[in-house]
This record gives sequence, structure tokens and C-alpha cells, in this order.
Amino acid sequence: MAAVFRTCAHTGLKVHNQAERLIKVHAVAGVLSILFGGIAALLVLLTRWPAVHLLDPTNYYRALTFHGMNMLIFWIIFFEIAILYFAGPILLGSRVAWPRIGWVGFALMAAGSILIDVAILQGGADVMFTSYVPMRAVSHFYLGWILFAVGALLGVCNFFATLVVARAERTYEGSISLVTFGGATAAIIALVTLAHGAIIYIPTWLWSMGYVQNIDAGMYRLVFWGLGHPSQQINVTAMVAVWYLLATLTVGAIPVNEKVCRTAFLLYILFINLASAHHLLVDPQLSPAWKVWNTSYGMYLAVLASMVHGMTVPASVEVAQRRKGLSKGLFEWLAKAPWGNPSFAALVLSITLFGFMGGITGVTFGAEQVNIISHNTLRIPGHFHSTVVAGTTLAFMGLTYYVVPLIWRRAVVWPRLATFQAYAFGLGIMIFAGGMTTAGSYAVPRRHWDVQFANSIFQPPVEPAAYLFLGVMGIGGLLAVLGGALYVVITVVSVFFGKRIPDVAGAVPLAAVPQDTGKHTPISGTLVLVFVFLAAFIIYYFLNWKWLSDIWLVK
Amino acid sequence: MADKEEQKEKVPLAQAFFDNIFLLLVLGIVVPVVFYTIWGLLEIASIPLAK
Repeated sequence: MAAVFRTCAHTGLKVHNQAERLIKVHAVAGVLSILFGGIAALLVLLTRWPAVHLLDPTNYYRALTFHGMNMLIFWIIFFEIAILYFAGPILLGSRVAWPRIGWVGFALMAAGSILIDVAILQGGADVMFTSYVPMRAVSHFYLGWILFAVGALLGVCNFFATLVVARAERTYEGSISLVTFGGATAAIIALVTLAHGAIIYIPTWLWSMGYVQNIDAGMYRLVFWGLGHPSQQINVTAMVAVWYLLATLTVGAIPVNEKVCRTAFLLYILFINLASAHHLLVDPQLSPAWKVWNTSYGMYLAVLASMVHGMTVPASVEVAQRRKGLSKGLFEWLAKAPWGNPSFAALVLSITLFGFMGGITGVTFGAEQVNIISHNTLRIPGHFHSTVVAGTTLAFMGLTYYVVPLIWRRAVVWPRLATFQAYAFGLGIMIFAGGMTTAGSYAVPRRHWDVQFANSIFQPPVEPAAYLFLGVMGIGGLLAVLGGALYVVITVVSVFFGKRIPDVAGAVPLAAVPQDTGKHTPISGTLVLVFVFLAAFIIYYFLNWKWLSDIWLVK
Repeated sequence: MADKEEQKEKVPLAQAFFDNIFLLLVLGIVVPVVFYTIWGLLEIASIPLAK
């Protein structure tokens, strides 16, 4: 069957029709997942907010499991596979190597996610996202995991096969683009991650049916976190690739230094998956050498990579803006940026919140000593809502406002509301995660239905200030839920009822890449921001050691 | 003309490394599997059983 292509009038890219269709179905499945996960998020939020405390314990843990699976796994991985079909075949002007395998992979992912959601809603899998053994869920919950992981693996393999096809058929010259390279990095991390998932869930599935008598809880935890944490590292990598893409689409930025950017991606490939060890820092069966090597020496090289990207993306925006003549002082380039463009707003909020909140807290809590005062407290979900939600989800939302006009060829309805959506979601998550992290600093536990342990044999004291920050978390969460709901409504209405965009150049406004004058363009504004970030990092890091020394008196 | 072709063929070593996605794939599998998974599993497996 001969491949059918169209040439995009707006970008000039050659688009294989199968790639376009695969992007659409994966994106739709992702948006459905965020809708389901978002409804559960509201229920969880209104329960963890002590002033409301909506659900009973059973329904709370059910909603929390449903929320975790739909948000951390389905929404993110469906969207990532969509990004791979864009970063591979479309950016390289190639055909999809195995279209049928692509559809089989999607069918497996869809079937797996439905099986898992059904198992949870039936009340057969109140085991939460981690599903630690010996807690046992119904067998179709584990089967769903296996199907989803295998389906996603097929999508990833299809990406690699497409790279081979594109090279063999010479659809591009020289090196692949940085966005495709970022996609390849995400795909490499995904391969390791999903393989861990398949490896741990096959014996657990057999155990759930009684064919295997025992699963070692320690080994389960270790291999599970080879899936659980790296699945969020795929997000981080895909998010960074989306940052570079959004910087190009919104202000015409191009990478300031390809070598530096690719080296940073290489550090992700080598070291980012070692961060899984954070989850096992209080597990006694693993040695300090294993813990410290993985969470410190190895992991810090991946952190370095994130800081490099956190500088090169804004630097590329600054260079593009200055080349357009916005070069007065330190920040004219930033003050006169397209703040009304929802994708640009999403880009800036994503970078800022990911770095200042998610990044700083992640590195601090990941230090073995400090971890002892943050492990299993609300500080941890406060951290990962800053990375996965404020960082990744917001970046993916920003990209959606280009996917709709360029892939569906429909105009985004209510563009001003879309801009409001990006700010509402970003600021909401900032307030929510700030409240959550600070409440966790007062030792409020994560996951637990009741902060006060009212029905327990003894009630640990809870500082009154913790309730204040749980209230802040609740208010921020409501704003974020509003932003999330608006995202789903705007996307769905645009896809079905948005004005059709004609295939003529200029119909979709894309920023032009400014001319390189050959003169050095300073990035002094970015450097100031980098030093502000480093100062915040140092202050937060040492504050935590101070808090540790107050709690853990060593004489 | 010949010089131009020669220049075109010369790919810097670092670029050749970054262009080799499958080498990066192998490295991306080996490093975490060795340091996180295998090392960790060996440590857990070496714990003596309680009597």
C-alpha cells in the first residue's frame, strides 16, 4: 500500500496520512484520560481538604487510584506516543514504518486502559497507583497494565523503525532535528520503563490468579519503581522537547547551541532513570552505596541536564526576541513577549513552575538525609504535581493549541478563553502544589484519607498551620480543576465545531524565525533569571538541612 | 568540487555519536539496568532469610 502524503501549507512539512490519524487517536485518548482523571482529582481534592472531607475512605482510595492511573499513565503516555508520531514521521518527512503495528499498539493501550479503569470502578483494585504486593487487585487490573505497556512499547518501536526508514529513504539531510532527538530520548527512556512494567506485571498477574504463590515485596517495589518513576521521566523528556518546539512556534526561536542541548539529552538517557531509587530511600534492604550512587551521583547529572534545558530554552527565546529589535535593557524581550498566546503562556509557566517548584523540591527531597523528613508526606505529591502537572501537562496543553489547527485543521474556538485557561491552570497548580508541599512540611501524610487520623488508636498532633496550607491547596486545586475542565471543553469543541482552516500559507499564525545578523546576541536577561533560580535553589536546600537538624538532633 | 565533497563527508565524532540513536539506545538500557535494577536485585537477593 503506497503511503499517502499531504504538504502542510503552514509549516511546509510533509505529512503522512497514517501519522496524522495515529496522532489524532492517541491525542483523543489522552484528552479522555485527563477528563476522567480530572473528575477523580476533584473528588480527591475535596476529600483531602479537611474543611470539606467529601468521600468515605473506600471511595477516596478508589478515586485516588483512578486519578493516579488516568493522569500519571494514560493521559501522559497516550499524548507522548502522539508526540512520537509527530517527532518521527512528520518532522522527518517520512512515512510511518509500520502503520498496522501502530494501530495494534493503540488498540492494546486503549484495551489496557479500559480494563484498568473498569477494575478500579468495580471496586476490584483499590490498591492505588503503586499497587504494592501483597495488596491484591483483580486479575484484569494487572492484565490491563501488561496490555497498556506492550501497546506503548509497540508505539515506541514504531518510532525507532520510522527513524530507520527515514534514514534509508533519505527523507532528511544531516542530523535529525533537536525536537526529534528529544523525542528519541523520550523513546529510549520509555523502552526501559515499559519493559520494567511488563516484567513486573506478568508475574503479578499470574500471582493474582493463583498460578504464582509469592511475589517478594522488596523486589516488586524495586522493579515497579523502574516503571513508576521513569514513566514520569518520559514526561520530563517529552516536555523539554515540547519546550523547544513551542519556543519555535511562538516566537521563532531556534536552539542556541545544538551540542549543549543534545549533551543535556544524553545525560537524561544515561542517568535520569536512576532517580527511581528516591522511592526506596527508607527501604532497609538496600545499601547506602546503592541509594547514594543512584539518587545523588548519578541523578545529579540528570538534574544538571534539566538546568541546562532550563537555561537554553529561555535563552533561545531571548535571542529570537532581541533579533526582532526587542533589545532594550535586560527584559524588554520578555516584557514584550506574546503573553496573550496561550501556548507561550503555557511554555513560560511550564518552565518556571517545573524549575522553581518541581526541580528544586525534587533534588532536595531526593537527598538521602533530607528524604527522612519528607518521605511519605504531602511534600512528595506537592513535588510531582509541580513537575508532571505544572510542567508536563501545561506544556502538552500549550502544544494542543497548535495540534488542533495544524493536525485537525480547525481553529481553536474562544482563543481568549484558551489564554485564560493556561493562566488559570498554571496559577492554580502553583497555589495547589505550594499549599500541598508546605502542609507536608508540617508532616501531613501523603495518600491518607484523614489528616487527623480520627479513627486511629492514637492521634498524632497536627500543627494548626497545616490546616491553613491544606486550605490553600484546596483553593488552588479548584482553580486548576477549572483550568483543566476549560482545556477539555475548548479542545473538544474546537475539534468538532471549530472553523475549518483553509490549506493556505499564513492561515495559522506561526512566528517567523528572525534573521541571524551574524552579531553576538546577549542572553543577559536569561543569565539574571538563572542566578535567581540558583539562589532560590541554595536557600531551599539549606533551609531543609536546617529543618532536618531541628528534628534530628545529633550530638 | 572534490574538496567540497570531502568536507561534506567529514562528520565530527560527537555528531556521529549523537546521530547513532541505536548506540544511545543501548547505553540508555545498560546504565539504568545495571546500576538500578541488577545491583538492587542482587542486594535484595543477598539478604539471608529469617529463621
